[in-house]
Amino acid sequence: METLMALLTGLLFAVGTYMVISRNFIRIILGTAIYSHGAHLLLITMGGLKGGAAPLLGQGNDLYVDALPQALILTAIVINFGVTAFFLVLAYRSNKELGTDDLYHLRGNKDE
Amino acid sequence: MDKFSAHVNSIICLHHTPIQHSIQGLLRIQNIFLSKGRLAKKTSVSEHSGVLFETLGGHALNWLNFAIFLPILYAVFIPFFYKKIPRIHTGWFVFPIPLVLFIYLATFIPGVANDHVFTQTVYWIPSIGINFVTYLDGLSLILALLITGVGALVILYSVYYLSMKRESLHHFYIYLLLFMGAMLGVVLSDNLMVLYLFWEMTSVSSFLLIAFWYQRDKSRYGAQKSLLITVFGGIAMLAGFIMLYAMTGTWSLRDIIGQAGELSDATLFIPAMILILLGAFTKSAQFPFHIWLPDAMEAPTPVSAYLHSATMVKAGIYLVARFTPLFGGDATWFWVVSTVGLITLFWGSFTAVRQTDLKALLAYSTISQLGMIMSMLGIGSAALYFDGGSDSFKYTSLAVLAALFHLVNHSTFKGALFMVVGIVDHETGTRDIRRLGGLMTIMPITFTFAAIGSFAMAGLPPFNGFLSKEMFFSSVLRAAELGIFNMETFGLLFPIIAWLASVLTFVYCMILVFRTFTGKYKPEKLEKNAHEAPLGMLIPPGILVSFVIVIFFFPQTLADYILNPAVQAVLPLPIETNAEYYTNITAWHGWHAPELWMTVAVVVLGSVLFLYLRKWQGVYALFPREWSFNSAYNAMLVGSEKGSQRLTGSYMTGYLGHYLAYIFVFIILSVAATIFATNGFVIDTSNDASVNLYEMILIGIIAVAAVAIIFAKSRITAIILNGVLGYMVAIFFVIFRAPDLALTQLVIETVSAALFLLCFYFLPEWKEEKISRKMKSFKLALSIGVGTLITLITLSIQGNRLFDSISVYFEDAYELAGGKNIVNAILADFRAFDTMLEILVLCIAGLGVYTLIKLTSTEGGDKRESE
Repeated sequence: METLMALLTGLLFAVGTYMVISRNFIRIILGTAIYSHGAHLLLITMGGLKGGAAPLLGQGNDLYVDALPQALILTAIVINFGVTAFFLVLAYRSNKELGTDDLYHLRGNKDE
Repeated sequence: MDKFSAHVNSIICLHHTPIQHSIQGLLRIQNIFLSKGRLAKKTSVSEHSGVLFETLGGHALNWLNFAIFLPILYAVFIPFFYKKIPRIHTGWFVFPIPLVLFIYLATFIPGVANDHVFTQTVYWIPSIGINFVTYLDGLSLILALLITGVGALVILYSVYYLSMKRESLHHFYIYLLLFMGAMLGVVLSDNLMVLYLFWEMTSVSSFLLIAFWYQRDKSRYGAQKSLLITVFGGIAMLAGFIMLYAMTGTWSLRDIIGQAGELSDATLFIPAMILILLGAFTKSAQFPFHIWLPDAMEAPTPVSAYLHSATMVKAGIYLVARFTPLFGGDATWFWVVSTVGLITLFWGSFTAVRQTDLKALLAYSTISQLGMIMSMLGIGSAALYFDGGSDSFKYTSLAVLAALFHLVNHSTFKGALFMVVGIVDHETGTRDIRRLGGLMTIMPITFTFAAIGSFAMAGLPPFNGFLSKEMFFSSVLRAAELGIFNMETFGLLFPIIAWLASVLTFVYCMILVFRTFTGKYKPEKLEKNAHEAPLGMLIPPGILVSFVIVIFFFPQTLADYILNPAVQAVLPLPIETNAEYYTNITAWHGWHAPELWMTVAVVVLGSVLFLYLRKWQGVYALFPREWSFNSAYNAMLVGSEKGSQRLTGSYMTGYLGHYLAYIFVFIILSVAATIFATNGFVIDTSNDASVNLYEMILIGIIAVAAVAIIFAKSRITAIILNGVLGYMVAIFFVIFRAPDLALTQLVIETVSAALFLLCFYFLPEWKEEKISRKMKSFKLALSIGVGTLITLITLSIQGNRLFDSISVYFEDAYELAGGKNIVNAILADFRAFDTMLEILVLCIAGLGVYTLIKLTSTEGGDKRESE
């Protein structure tokens, strides 16, 4: 399972990279979203996928899955959401002000 | 009161104890008076530091460090004098400083003549051995006396030269005093780091002085050029100093020279030598670094007289002389110093003849004369190779004496000549030889001074230049016969080049005198009606030219008191051998001496060349301006600027994609190289959990959805596919037994999808990217590279588990934190700090979103934003 997950995260990162190197603002944001999915899956994979109960005490089980990566991922998900939300609004705003979402046109002024 | 006196006592006590370590912040002064007595002389150079330490009560009145800092500290008061006492020329307030210092330094002459040296230490950074240690011996004394003596005369001259109304005098004198202090620091410092500090201070103050009339383009150009070149050399020199420190472990010049014999085999010996020489050559305007000096002539004439003839350009000479005991005796040093000196000598005199501006002529003549001094130091360094008493030793050490003698002579006559040219400029409004002429009867005194200075420079009797030139000829003639360093091959070139250069020197000296002062007076070409200068302006050059004559008649006095101790500093040898070269400086070598006939030939050929100057001046057309070193310098400057601009422009394209590509390529290359270099790649599937069909299907869905996003034709498809990815990840969280994650992921994915949709509504339609097939395959390769890298790393980590998880600790959540949900206990209890900051991130994001949407930049909005 871990080997398969390693391949899957590799694929997600490849797709994310392909999306990020593009001239369209939205493609880039989607790319970062895919990156974050990959990163989260990677984190949980690294924590080990060996069977065990959900990390809830009092279920009459001795063996639990690793809870620490889950806490880390939870933090990461929230932060990622905040950044994505801001990023999206930035795209909206820059398109509204500058009239383009093409990064080839967003290169600053000549005199900068 | 008692407490205070106790404190004072403790400081005084510290004075007398030999101090090893220092408490920071407490300035302590240590005076040492060293007697390099005759007994000590018998010991070899390496025991130099073991000479007698005598702390004489009477002689401990030694304020050398204060002498260096006096001009710098005094500079603080200049603006006060300028603003509060505007009626009196500020120069008068500055004049006493160099005078006092000159008198103070002159009191050391008897001590130095008796082979004593004086040193004083003020602690600065004792923990790394950097302190203000002064060291006064014959060599330092010559330069220190020149700096203060010529300095006093130049300040007197500038009082009459610079207008009180038009010039910002306070700037001028502050820069000048800074320069004077820095220059004294250079020649008196024993600590290499402190020497470097003062060395750069001279560069900077010289830069300020050259650009004194900063409104002019040429001044700024000249200042920039001199700064670039001298600082280039200065940095090289610093590197050389650091190498010396690496070899010897001390910053002290004396200690380093004390180790001279042991260093010559070190690997850093030659690099350090070359780097230090670079510093010396750039400062002393040696070929091919001489180009800054003519451009520095944009400075006011007192500055040119002081910095660019008498003092700053001698700093390099000083450095070479100072390091001769360390590096001299090595063939590389001998060849580099003497050939660079000779080339500079010849090239300077050759170029001086073609100049039409008097100051440019003097600048090239300075270059040439400095080359002459440098070459003599180079030849003289060979003396360290011989045993004392031999003929070769006698003549090579004579070269050192000649170099130091000419150093003094040059300062006298060149200072006077610059002042004379300044007077001509001041009284006629031009320095162009083609417009001048016939000033002899109008300015008789100036003419006399010019003639004396020029004839001294040309090497005619009865002026001091004659003596040093004769000695120069003797030393090059004998150098040609030296049996060392392969002198047999090129040795003969030495006297030939020296003689040719002397002929050219004679020619430009005659141009200087006769083109300016004889011939027809052309008032229509002059801006002012020429007349004799005021008395005050004539006094300083008058004093200098009187030295020119006095030194000719009494050279032995100068030699006994100042020059011989200086030679002793350059060639530190046992006293018995020194007696050999205490030869008399004589004007008359007898009819059989070849030097005399060389001088006669110089005069004859020089006169012929001067009279038929027009006939052969076409030679200079062979060296067009495009091929000069100046244009090479300019091309280098422009080229480096353009080159770096082109380089930066080639990769700083402004496209995000390019920068990301650089980053990814770098990551792939560096990480992959590390993995393969360390053999870190492992596949170990033995610990893998089992896979069931259900999970296989999920993985398949994610893979397909992810790849499909790339090919999505419309943005709505892309969003939905991204949503699919998110929900699948949530399901994975369910499978991996992470209920909190699954919950959060579901909610957040939903909200994000909604946000995406909301934003897309306002964004332009998703277009097909038009990129070349090549670019597309590059992107693809890069992406596959990144993906493969991640997989490789993941697998390697998987196969390299080092220790077990610490999560067992968190499984006591109920006992430790009173919660049954371990994840929540971690988030809110064990690692709650993360959670707090994560909340802060959300707050900031929310605020950011709010401001981005609310603050509009319409016509009025711009104003609100800028407020």
